[in-house]
Amino acid sequence: MSDCKQQPDMKRREFLSNTVVAAGAVTVAPGVLLTTTEAKADGKGVSSNTRWGMLIDTNKCADGCTSCVSACDKENGIDLVKKPEGHDDAMWEQQRPQWIRKVKLRDTQSSVVSNLPLMCQHCEHPPCVDVCPTGASFKRADGIVMVDRHICIGCRYCMMACPYKARSFIHADVAEQVVNSPRGKGCVESCNLCAHRLDAGQGNTACAEACAKDGHNAIVFGDLKDPNSAVSKALKSQPSRQLREDLMLNTGVRYTNV
Amino acid sequence: MHRLNGLKRIAVVMMAGILLSISAAAISGSMVVEGSKAAGMKDCVAPTMDMRRNHMDYLKHQRDEVVHQGDRSDKFALADCVSCHASKDKQGHPVPVNAKDQFCDSCHDYTAVNITCFQCHRKVPEEK
Repeated sequence: MSDCKQQPDMKRREFLSNTVVAAGAVTVAPGVLLTTTEAKADGKGVSSNTRWGMLIDTNKCADGCTSCVSACDKENGIDLVKKPEGHDDAMWEQQRPQWIRKVKLRDTQSSVVSNLPLMCQHCEHPPCVDVCPTGASFKRADGIVMVDRHICIGCRYCMMACPYKARSFIHADVAEQVVNSPRGKGCVESCNLCAHRLDAGQGNTACAEACAKDGHNAIVFGDLKDPNSAVSKALKSQPSRQLREDLMLNTGVRYTNV
Repeated sequence: MHRLNGLKRIAVVMMAGILLSISAAAISGSMVVEGSKAAGMKDCVAPTMDMRRNHMDYLKHQRDEVVHQGDRSDKFALADCVSCHASKDKQGHPVPVNAKDQFCDSCHDYTAVNITCFQCHRKVPEEK
């Protein structure tokens, strides 16, 4: 038998893993380049040293308040999407784009009601990314799960795969858009944690801002990897949970008192 | 192939000349909105001829950097094209940049290249 000091040759492992990474960025066909979600070499853009996330305190989320929803609608131009002519009202209610929605939960045993805003949970292992046939559904290095509408073909597999019903499909032409959220017929979309704000260094989402402005402070947004961020401190100070933690998706959006 | 007689040949040459001058006028007339950022610049974000030839590649490269890497530091941005090149009508309302005879259309109509950017992207500058 070999002696117990024998350890795996880490240099060899390192070499092998580097080779795999290098092979991951090769051209598989003309014009098709496989790339990894690593940060850019020039240091610009987002990096995996950050993971954006939220903690939502459902006790502070007021019944009947929809500030976060209207703030999101305005920020991302969702209020500019009008019901297509001739469409049924009920169908429109079901199919209109919604990045964030208010959900009311009632415990059948105790009849306790809790309110919570539900949006894309920005999973570490997002099922929508797994099923996307074109790579349009992807996770950014900083943990934001989003859709690249330039390559989305509108197949809606991701909508089927998402356990949180977070994604919407645009069924008809849209007359007007905001600069930060281009939107057109035939693509899927969902909450991107106000990526344009984060890229501009604003550091907070429209929904969290609106909630704080109304004095509820139910949404704490920040960097989960920064131990000094408000969200990390809040997560440490109280028990929280992920919705459908049984799916082991490691969501970036967490809830307390639910 | 049939042969052109002298008169026809002259007519063809003249027609070609007229077409050329029309297209030259279409692309050399100023398409910059008065008072915009571009109005005070000698060139666009790159020399004008370079922009005419390569804007599509610059924009495509930039779009992937923005969407996938969140790097918005690039000088090429579609929103910036719109903010300087979407003209205003007599009432002062901005006209969609891709509308007939507007900035995009003036060349794209001539070159018969269909653009789909503005099916999703905002066509007029955002009011601040």
